[in-house]
Amino acid sequence: MNLNENQINALKDLLYKMADDQLIIGHRNSEWTGLGPVLEEDIAFSSMAQDKIGQSYQLYNLLHELGESDPDTVAFTRNAEQFHCCDYVCHPIGEYDFSLVRHFLFDNAELLKFESLASSTFEPMAMLARKFKGEIKYHVMHANTWIKQLAQGNEESKARIQNSINESFDLALGIFEEGEYEQELISNGFYKGERALLELWYNHVKSIVESVGLTLPSIQESQAVNGGRQGKHSEHLQPMLTEMTEVYSIDPAAEW
Amino acid sequence: MEVSQLNKEEQIIYDALSEVMDPEIPGLAITDLGIVTKIEVSEKAAYVQLTPTFSGCPALKIIEDMVKEKVNHLQLFEDVRVETSFETQWTTDLITEEGRKALKKHGLTPPMQNPEYIELDVLSETPCPFCDSKNTTLKSPFGPTLCRSLHYCNNCHQAFEGFKPVM
Repeated sequence: MNLNENQINALKDLLYKMADDQLIIGHRNSEWTGLGPVLEEDIAFSSMAQDKIGQSYQLYNLLHELGESDPDTVAFTRNAEQFHCCDYVCHPIGEYDFSLVRHFLFDNAELLKFESLASSTFEPMAMLARKFKGEIKYHVMHANTWIKQLAQGNEESKARIQNSINESFDLALGIFEEGEYEQELISNGFYKGERALLELWYNHVKSIVESVGLTLPSIQESQAVNGGRQGKHSEHLQPMLTEMTEVYSIDPAAEW
Repeated sequence: MEVSQLNKEEQIIYDALSEVMDPEIPGLAITDLGIVTKIEVSEKAAYVQLTPTFSGCPALKIIEDMVKEKVNHLQLFEDVRVETSFETQWTTDLITEEGRKALKKHGLTPPMQNPEYIELDVLSETPCPFCDSKNTTLKSPFGPTLCRSLHYCNNCHQAFEGFKPVM
């Protein structure tokens, strides 16, 4: 496939958003290692972290093939304003209900995204998406199970999940912030676009939460937390990056 | 990859690779795991393509190095290239019959073949690798490595691990 400059820039923009999302949510998930409320949850969040960071590596590798620096350099030497992840994934893990709800809202969105990208006209990305969707399927299964169980647990568990959904919803809408290449991506058949994905996601997630007596805020009455896709992040990202790159910064050429 | 369609030199490589074991599951050859997706020889150059089981599998690089060393050791080729590619997508259906036996021998339940869909109820039906009972409980779809799930057998009262189906 011969790509012109505009097409390459559009693909890079999309790939950076996805790769950065995976790296940052992967790192946040890994913060549950050793701290999970039960052993199985500790292992689950650690495994999902490993999957997501592995996926980010593959996406950075594809970016490298499109002319960007190598994956380690890209992952470990940029500052917060050079990251294109949504602000939702940057937030600290908080209480377990916050992390579970983020896992539920975010992972359902990315499963739909990878399912759609599996038929992208940009074959190298489609190949990765076909692989990732099989992996993310397990993440979504885990998230949906917990949301359903806790919603049907006791008053406290139900209230905590509902409150977290209400409080996270504006952040979750930031996943779907549109970029400057939206039309380019859609018209080339690279990606169906954020607006289409948002609609799919909203209906899908709504049907799950309503099936267990919870509610999802309406999009019209919410205010999406945007900016992350353009590198404008809340104060949470830079301290996380500083910690994540601590070892690399001591000796970037170190061999393991 | 169709093994029957390999030429003589490619077959030599395939046979050599059947001695390369998965670093995390001793006794399971990488050819039986189904991750060797292409072997090509032209003149004095050998090319081996591998596909990852999971994108984040930490054994990926190690296996690449092991394959390279093994093929180099044959001393038949001047140029040996080993590459990991997503061109052929790995699914657990690519595990051979021998591979399934090796998994079971290692105490891991082989993955369900050709599942119509993958949901918790599918994983809940994982039989015990020790006593073959289906009276088991799924403890977690995530285990000690990305490819395994955790179970408990209500019949022989053993905790066990399954190799989870991936499509």
